[in-house]
Amino acid sequence: MAHDASQPQQRLARVGKATTEKPAARWALIAISLLFLLLMLFLPLTAVFVEAFRKGLFAFIKALGDPETFSAIRLTLIVAGIAVPLNLVFGIAAAWAIAKFEFKGKAFLTTLIDLPFSVSPVISGLVFVLLFGSHSVLGPFLQSYGIKILFAVPGLVLATVFVTFPFVARELIPLMQEQGTADEEAALSLGASGWQTFWYVTLPNIKWGLLYGVLLCNARAMGEFGAVSVVSGHIRGQTNTMPLQVEILYNEYNFVAAFAVATLLALLALVTLVLKTLLEMRYSAEIAASRRH
Amino acid sequence: MEVRVEKLRKEFERFPALHHVSLDIRSGELIALLGPSGSGKTTLLRLIAGLEAPTEGKIFFGEQDASYKSVQERNIGFVFQHYALFRHMTVLENVSFGLKIRPAKRRPEAAEIKKRAFELLELVQLSGLEKRYPAQLSGGQRQRVALARAMAVEPNVLLLDEPFGALDAQVRKDLRKWLREIHDQTGHTTVFVTHDQEEALELADRIVVMSQGRIEQVGTPDEVYDNPNSPFVFGFIGQSNCLKVRISNHEVWFEDRPIGVPAPGEREGEALLYFRPHDIQILDGCGGCMAGVVASSRRVAGTRHVEVDVGSGHNPVEIELPPERAAGIDRSRIAFRPTKWKIFRP
Ligand SMILES: Nc1ncnc2c1ncn2[C@@H]1O[C@H](COP(=O)(O)OP(=O)(O)OP(=O)(O)O)[C@@H](O)[C@H]1O
Ligand SMILES: [Mg+2]
Repeated sequence: MAHDASQPQQRLARVGKATTEKPAARWALIAISLLFLLLMLFLPLTAVFVEAFRKGLFAFIKALGDPETFSAIRLTLIVAGIAVPLNLVFGIAAAWAIAKFEFKGKAFLTTLIDLPFSVSPVISGLVFVLLFGSHSVLGPFLQSYGIKILFAVPGLVLATVFVTFPFVARELIPLMQEQGTADEEAALSLGASGWQTFWYVTLPNIKWGLLYGVLLCNARAMGEFGAVSVVSGHIRGQTNTMPLQVEILYNEYNFVAAFAVATLLALLALVTLVLKTLLEMRYSAEIAASRRH
Repeated sequence: MEVRVEKLRKEFERFPALHHVSLDIRSGELIALLGPSGSGKTTLLRLIAGLEAPTEGKIFFGEQDASYKSVQERNIGFVFQHYALFRHMTVLENVSFGLKIRPAKRRPEAAEIKKRAFELLELVQLSGLEKRYPAQLSGGQRQRVALARAMAVEPNVLLLDEPFGALDAQVRKDLRKWLREIHDQTGHTTVFVTHDQEEALELADRIVVMSQGRIEQVGTPDEVYDNPNSPFVFGFIGQSNCLKVRISNHEVWFEDRPIGVPAPGEREGEALLYFRPHDIQILDGCGGCMAGVVASSRRVAGTRHVEVDVGSGHNPVEIELPPERAAGIDRSRIAFRPTKWKIFRP
C-alpha cells in the first residue's frame, strides 16, 4: 500500500532530475561563477576600500577635502546634473516618437539611438574635438563670441550626453511599444489635452521603467572616463571629473587620495546596484517588458 | 445627438479601408456595426470619434460639421475593445477622470464630481468597488468601468468597439441585456461594433451590415434578417442555403424541372436562390419540388438539422425541422420546397 503510494512520487523525482544537470556539474558551475566574481569584482572592490583607508580615516577625509578633488566631485555632479535631465527629456521624446507614431526612417532612428553603445567612448570624445576644436569651423566661430566648448564644462556635458543617451530611450521604447496607444486615446476621448494625457496617463504608465533608465544613465554619466577624458583637457581644479581626478592622483603616486575618490565611485556603483535590484524586485513585470534587448 | 456620415473615405497608405460610406444615426438610437473581420467597422467608429482623420467625406454632429474637430472637441464617449482603463488609478478615479481634467470654468466642484461618479458606478452595478484598481477586477467589471468612465462626460454619442469581445459567452449574454437596459434608461445615442450577429440582432435598434469597406444594408434586425438585400447579407446573417437555378416562364427551375417557386416579373436566365433552412415545407410526393438524398441528420437543441444532397455540382441543402415533423425523415429520399426565398443574380 505504502509502496504503491510512493510510486508516482518516485517517478516525478526521476523526471525532475532528467531536466537538470548532475549535482557535480551543478556545483562546479556555481563554484566557477563564484570564484570568478570573487576574483574580478569582490577583491578589487575590497582593495579600493583597503587602499583608501590605509593611512587611516583622517587621511581619507583630508584627501577628499583637497580643493582640486572637491572641485572634481562638484564638476561630476554638475555634468551629471545637466546630462541626465537632458537625456531624460530626449529619451522620452525619442521613445514616444518611435513607439507611438509611424514614420519613415523609424528603423534608422532606432539604430542611431544604439550608436553610442557600439562606438568606443574615445571616438565619441574625438567627434567633439573635430567639431569644436581650434581647426574646425565651429570652434573658432564660437570662440570669437567667447563661447568655449572644448576643455570646458559644455564639452564635458556634450560628451557625457552623447555617451549616455541610449539608456533612457532604450529602457522606454519596448515598454511604450508594449503599452500601445489605447490609454492615451482613452484620455484624449475623455477631453484631456495632449499635455494632460502625457502627465496623467503616459508618465505614470512608464515611471518605473523611466526611473530605471535614469538610474543607469546617471551611473554611466558619473563614471564615464574615455569620452570625457578626450574633451576635458585635464585642467586641474577646473575640467577634471572624478574618474579623471582618480587617474591624475594615481599617476602622481598619491594612492590614498586616488583610492579615496575611487571609493566614492564604487559607492555610487553599489547604491545603483541596490536601487536597481529593488526596482526590479518591486516592479519586475513592468520593467521586464523593457528587458528584452 | 444625431450623427451623420457623408461619403466617408479612409485610406491607410493607399489601402482603402472605407469607400464612400454614408450613414444617418438617429438621436437616441442603439445602432450596431456588423461585419466580418477587416470590413472597416473599427475604422468607421474611430472616424466618428475623431481618433482618425478621414481621407475624404464629412461627419456631422447634429447640424455642425465636425469633420475637422479634434477628439476632445467632439465630446464623445469611447469604449475600447480592451477597455484601456488607467491602471494606476482606482475605479473611482477612472470614472472621474474626464470631469477632473476639465478647465476650471467647465469643471464641476469636487463634491459634485464624486457624486456623479458614484451615481454612475451604481448605474453600472459596481457600487462598493470604487477603491479597487483595474487589475483587481474581472473582465466584465472592467467593461462596466470603461462604460461608466465614457458616460461620465455626458457624451454626444457613445461609441463601443466590440464591447463584449473579450468576455466569455455567459458574461456576454448578461452584459448584453444590461447594456440594453442602460441605454433605455440614459438614452445616449450609441454605436457599437460587433462581429457577432446574434448580439447585433438581439441588442440593436438598427443594424449596419458592412463588408469590405462598404455598407451593404442598414435596417432593423427584422428587416435585415427577413429581407436581406444582397447575397452577402443573406449569407452573413443567419443560416442560409444558396442554389444555382434558372428562371424560365416566371418560375424557378432547378436542373430540369420547376420546383414550385413562382418568380413573377423576374428576368429569364441564370439566378441564385437563397432560402433559410427553416423556411421550407416537406412534401410527400414530388410534382414541382426539390428532392434529394438525406446525407446526414442531427438533433440540435429543439430542432433537427438535415443535410440533403440534391445532386452533383450543387452544395448540399441544409434544412431544419421540428422533431415531430422529422419523425419519418430517416428514409433516404426527401422532397421539400422553400416557403420563403430571395432570388439574386450571379
Ligand atoms: N492603422 C492602420 N494601418 C493600415 N491599415 C489599417 C489600419 N487600421 C485598419 N487597417 C485596415 O483597414 C481594414 C479595416 O480594418 P478595421 O480595423 O476597421 O476592421 P474591423 O471591421 O474592425 O475588423 P475586426 O472585426 O477584425 O476588428 C483592414 O483591412 C485593416 O487591415
Ligand atoms: Mg475592429
